[in-house]
Amino acid sequence: MEIINDLLLFLPATIVAIGGLTVMMLDGYKARSRTIYTTTMVFLGIALGVASWDLLMQAPELIFSDMAGAGGTAAFGTFIVVFGTFFTVILTHDYLIGVKHNFPQVYPLLMFCTFGMIVLATANDLVTVFVGLETMSVCLYALAGIIRDKRLGVESALKYFVMGAFSTGFFLYGITLLYGATGSTSLPEIGAYTDGGLIYWGGVSLLLVAFMFKVSAVPFHMWTPDVYTGSPTTITAYMSTAGKTASFVALVLILDRAMPFIATELTATFSIIALLTMILGNAVAMVQDNVKRMLAYSSIAHVGYLFVGLAAGSVAGYSAVLFYLLAYTFMNVGAFGVVAYYEKNHDVHFNNVESYAGLGYQRPIMGVLLSIFLFSLAGIPISAGFNAKYLVFSAGIEAGLVSLVVVGVLASAASAYYYLRVMVYLYFREGKESVSLIEPKKVYSFSLVFLALLTLYFGVVPGGVTEMIYGYFSDSMLTATAP
Amino acid sequence: METFFFVFVATFALGTALAMVLSKNTVNSALFLILHMLSVSGFYLSLNAQFLAVIQILVYAGAIMVLFLFVIMVLNMDEDEQIVTKVDFKQIFAVLVTVIVLAQLLYIVGNFTGALPDFSQQELMAIGTVEAIGDEMFTTFLLPFEATAILLTAAVVGAMLLAQKNVNVEDEIE
Repeated sequence: MEIINDLLLFLPATIVAIGGLTVMMLDGYKARSRTIYTTTMVFLGIALGVASWDLLMQAPELIFSDMAGAGGTAAFGTFIVVFGTFFTVILTHDYLIGVKHNFPQVYPLLMFCTFGMIVLATANDLVTVFVGLETMSVCLYALAGIIRDKRLGVESALKYFVMGAFSTGFFLYGITLLYGATGSTSLPEIGAYTDGGLIYWGGVSLLLVAFMFKVSAVPFHMWTPDVYTGSPTTITAYMSTAGKTASFVALVLILDRAMPFIATELTATFSIIALLTMILGNAVAMVQDNVKRMLAYSSIAHVGYLFVGLAAGSVAGYSAVLFYLLAYTFMNVGAFGVVAYYEKNHDVHFNNVESYAGLGYQRPIMGVLLSIFLFSLAGIPISAGFNAKYLVFSAGIEAGLVSLVVVGVLASAASAYYYLRVMVYLYFREGKESVSLIEPKKVYSFSLVFLALLTLYFGVVPGGVTEMIYGYFSDSMLTATAP
Repeated sequence: METFFFVFVATFALGTALAMVLSKNTVNSALFLILHMLSVSGFYLSLNAQFLAVIQILVYAGAIMVLFLFVIMVLNMDEDEQIVTKVDFKQIFAVLVTVIVLAQLLYIVGNFTGALPDFSQQELMAIGTVEAIGDEMFTTFLLPFEATAILLTAAVVGAMLLAQKNVNVEDEIE
């Protein structure tokens, strides 16, 4: 049976969806929150295993009558998403108990959200992209508003919802116009269409605007700082890593498969977006005193670096973007994980950089971990962040975007200021009052150590992975250009 | 005949849409929206999408608008508590941007020369039936269709999460 075969190739998403429904039913029968958490982890663990197997073994293939893909970029996106979710759930469980908001509904929502992200990251048709994007967004709207007794939480959820619905409108209009111009919603079939025409360009621009909203590129970034600050810290980590990865993989797939012939025309647009995003993200991050808000602006800045890769419009650029997403997932989940740990020892507002004074010596391991993650975010050598930035910028140089890359490197150097500032407070400032930190749970610190090790590992030997990613595109480019 | 029908429905749709936006009373707005939904289903009929036309009336004009009306009645807005207050600079700017975007979109659609496949009347009749739609839905579009099920479930769970008042935290701090 073809459908059985398709389902097997789509196994990570299937497992996550079934897991989500199971956890939801467990909650319905008033299971203990410990049971719900364990079940979630078991399902995610199996999904992560299958996703890794797919990543290493599965050849690129189209499934569900060309609605989605398996193997190649799809497997890569699925792996990052499931990996990010796995660690997010570990951190979220601990964090939500710590801040006394451990709703059992959070776990099914996280699972459904992951399902949406996988659908988004594997899509080969604009209809699938849309359904995946909406599934992801609807879950994130709800998850952003868990902590509602604080005003910021309500603001965050509402703002995210309104802005998200607004961008969905752009997305749908874009699909409509593209369908009108090309007569299809399938990515390769749109890609076969070379003759632009005004309606085609209208569709392309609306579609790209919607994606820029979702990944928070300047000038469509206004919602990001407030939403990221108001959401529960680990959920912010989830949004900024797994969510952004899924959106970016879908964007790369659309650019690679549906718009291979207009890549050169889009370079100017993407360059301007990259320039604005890098400058604004880094400049505003510098003046933030709230660590969470600083990380929100830093995530905008990282979107800018990613857009340099997109602006390159080459296989090197796209594969650099994918590697960047992998590295960014390690370090950002880690950084937010440590911030969440500090926060749950106090209260949700324990985010000011001054309150971090002297914390580095209290629980040395957490201080060291946060330093590693921040070093990596700043792009200092022997960290994954350095290699990711190197790949993106070298792809930009290859494509002849020298001045853009120079700005990028300068912006990245400037970003070291606000990352190092946190470390200065951690180690070189005396704390005003004695802050007691309870010992983190074993599984919590172990996950963070694991993420830090991965960050360092990919800083030293990125070779194998980058070649693997490179291979995906040499394959998919062929399918895109073949009639 | 077809042109007459289109012009009639289009005028009706535009009129009701304008009336919905411009009327001060929220209940009137909702009722105008129902009329607008009806006229949109008229478009579907003229495009030979009979099933969609019926669904449009059942789901939008029926189910969703009834909910809208319920909410409006429950909220019980007074005459002086209207949504629209006074016009300020922001609103003028918003209207200006909207008009520009609308003009651009109209220009784009107006320049459209037509790349869509040309179907005969018989083929069109067959496309709009329940069988044809169901067939497509459960073969070609199976994955998005099933994913929609998860989307709706997630929406329900999310609404439940947000509607919860008391935090029932289990004491599990070990």
